[in-house]
Amino acid sequence: MVNGILDYLWLVPALPLLGVVLNGAIALFAERPLLLKEAGGHGAGQDDAHGRQEPPAYRKWVAFLAPALVGAAFVVALLCVLSLASRPADGRTFVQILFPWIQAGSFFVPAALQLDPLSSVMILVVTGVGFLIHVYSVGYMSHERAFARYFVFLNLFMFAMLTLVLANNFLLMFVGWEGVGLCSYLLIGFWYEKQSASDAGKKAFIANRIGDFGVLIAMFLLFWTFGSLTYTEIFAKVPGLLGSGVLTTGLATAITLLLFLGATGKSAQIPLYVWLPDAMEGPTPVSALIHAATMVTAGVYMVARSSALFLLAPDTMMVVAVIGAVTAIFSATIGICQTDIKRVLAYSTVSQLGYMFLACGVGAFTAGIFHLMTHAFFKALLFLGSGSVIHALSGEQDMRKMGGLKKYVPVTFATMFAATLAITGIPGLSGFFSKDEILWQAFSSSHGSPVLWGVGTLAAGITAFYMFRLIFLTFFGDSRMDPEVEKHAHESPWTMTLPLSILAILSVAGGWIGIPAVLGGSNLFAQWLAPVFHPVAAAGAHGAVAAGAAEEAVHHPAALEIGLMALSVGIALCGIGLAYFLYRVRTGKPAEIVKQWPTLYDVVVHKYYVDEFYEWAVIRRIVNVSTGLWQMFDALFIDGIVNGVADLVRSAGGRVRRLQGGVVGGYAFSLLAGAVLLVGYILYRSVVQ
Amino acid sequence: MIAPSAYLLLSAVLFGIGVVGVVARKNILIILMSVELMLNGVNVAFVAAGSYLGDVAGGVFAFMVMTVAAAEAAVGLALLIALYRLKETVDITELKVLKW
Repeated sequence: MVNGILDYLWLVPALPLLGVVLNGAIALFAERPLLLKEAGGHGAGQDDAHGRQEPPAYRKWVAFLAPALVGAAFVVALLCVLSLASRPADGRTFVQILFPWIQAGSFFVPAALQLDPLSSVMILVVTGVGFLIHVYSVGYMSHERAFARYFVFLNLFMFAMLTLVLANNFLLMFVGWEGVGLCSYLLIGFWYEKQSASDAGKKAFIANRIGDFGVLIAMFLLFWTFGSLTYTEIFAKVPGLLGSGVLTTGLATAITLLLFLGATGKSAQIPLYVWLPDAMEGPTPVSALIHAATMVTAGVYMVARSSALFLLAPDTMMVVAVIGAVTAIFSATIGICQTDIKRVLAYSTVSQLGYMFLACGVGAFTAGIFHLMTHAFFKALLFLGSGSVIHALSGEQDMRKMGGLKKYVPVTFATMFAATLAITGIPGLSGFFSKDEILWQAFSSSHGSPVLWGVGTLAAGITAFYMFRLIFLTFFGDSRMDPEVEKHAHESPWTMTLPLSILAILSVAGGWIGIPAVLGGSNLFAQWLAPVFHPVAAAGAHGAVAAGAAEEAVHHPAALEIGLMALSVGIALCGIGLAYFLYRVRTGKPAEIVKQWPTLYDVVVHKYYVDEFYEWAVIRRIVNVSTGLWQMFDALFIDGIVNGVADLVRSAGGRVRRLQGGVVGGYAFSLLAGAVLLVGYILYRSVVQ
Repeated sequence: MIAPSAYLLLSAVLFGIGVVGVVARKNILIILMSVELMLNGVNVAFVAAGSYLGDVAGGVFAFMVMTVAAAEAAVGLALLIALYRLKETVDITELKVLKW
């Protein structure tokens, strides 16, 4: 069979990997010696005498290579997806086996890539948004000394993320899963001289490890049950094993709950969301790429990928939906009181990820992936915009020291405003279609309930409020900047504003491929993903329930759907109105509210003391147990064994060394005595015989 | 013909004198000479046994031992001279650098 361009699918992850190798060589052999010399402090005086030094030549290479290779990966990915789209709907699964990876008895894992409608959405988002963020980074990081090192990590992240979404089995996906975790750690702690940055990196890594533990156990269970880790094989075996009773609901619940534990770690859901706000210590483009658009959505992708298993476990579905909804509203309320512009966006990301899980939990995987895509556009844009603001203000992140920036950074303002309208769910923009699809499904699906809808809608209103608070505090009103900073405030270079503009277009128009039928659209996005979610939903006894979910939605009158839509838009408008009232009309009011309810404000501004609770409930205890083990077990027991052996040898040696008297006559005598004894023994033996 | 026991007795006496010399004397030169005496005692036994048994191997071994003895004497004396230059003594009880 002729696959054409699809045979070059391996280039999609390979091109960023090439970037890692090339930029890695530059970073190691060109940049590192330079930085070490600077750190030595010898060259510093010279530079000052000559003023600013010319930027080293390798920077141009890095600035070209890193984005260009990701851009090339995007082109290849686009061609592959177009080629896939030209096939009939039921033949849109392409598997490319690269090489057999692990072969041990019946355990076989190939290194293989799988392109189907789901992974094609993911690779387009990852390479597309990734490319724009690479371009943006060239401008944003232009004053950074470890320029090449940054792009090595960024390229490595692209490679790992593409491995994650393109893998055709759980194990290879897990490799990518760990890879993105590593890159996240490296990039959060990019400015590792700063204590808070290196702490945040560790926190992210450890929180992720807890989730990874769940994924590992889930993979063991999967292999134990299905004898394979390949997606297609596992999902094909589901109906048969259901029939034979091997795959019980309990087992499916265990597997999916463990997988979901991994998802809560990677995608920052309750209870493991705490790392994401701290991850804002990293450079802003990293926050946009890893901690908003791509890596944190890996959990949603995995849940959607395993939808066939999740649908077998109604309990897990409920857990996923409830955790998603609670996370959505919980982190939205924290976002209200944050003053750091990036942290507001971080809590907003956690909240939006909650929406995606809410969608998955009610069986609307399509809506979840749709929101994943539109969120990647507008949240990446919001982060990049905030980066542009921070860049303009020479590193200031506190919104209390901004204000009136509209006239200084017009492009940033316009694009960020578009993204804010999109996330708020103003009709016609991308966020409206995806968010309302989720809310509608939460209301109408057989897994959903009006309570979930209510929580989601309330969270949407809060989202509208805190996003417009951010916009009003940053761009409107009187300037609260330091005069020194205000003098230097400037619009960013084209490498930064161009990605902003493209993302703004996508934020506005990205939702038009998923206009629901009730608004006269044909929901192309759902049609595209249908082969991934619907055959599996139709298979199996439990699956029938889920398949019914989509049909059941049809039974609700269109007027109800439109009415709910109007209601959620109305609530969002209320949020905007409240933000306008508090931060434009009566700017003194927020302070009054704080005075009125000091305890409430204190709890919210301290993020409900969750970090402190974890510190007390988990970290303290682990540290205490570890200290105990160190002092009791390691220092006394293990060291006791080692030191005991050493003491034994030393005391034995102390006795034996007396033989070495140093008198040659003594040696000669013992030689003689030995010879006499030996000869005597031989004689004795011969006499006895 | 002299009985083989006489040769063996001579051999044993020579060997014994050598052993006593090695163990009891302090002068390295004397000790080396005593070692030579022990080797020659063994040689007597070899030659006598070879002759008695009509086997030429005894004589061959004796030549072998002489060769080794010559080499040993050369190395031993060289060491002795080196040692004397270093320590200005040939008294073996003075040489106990390796003592603990």
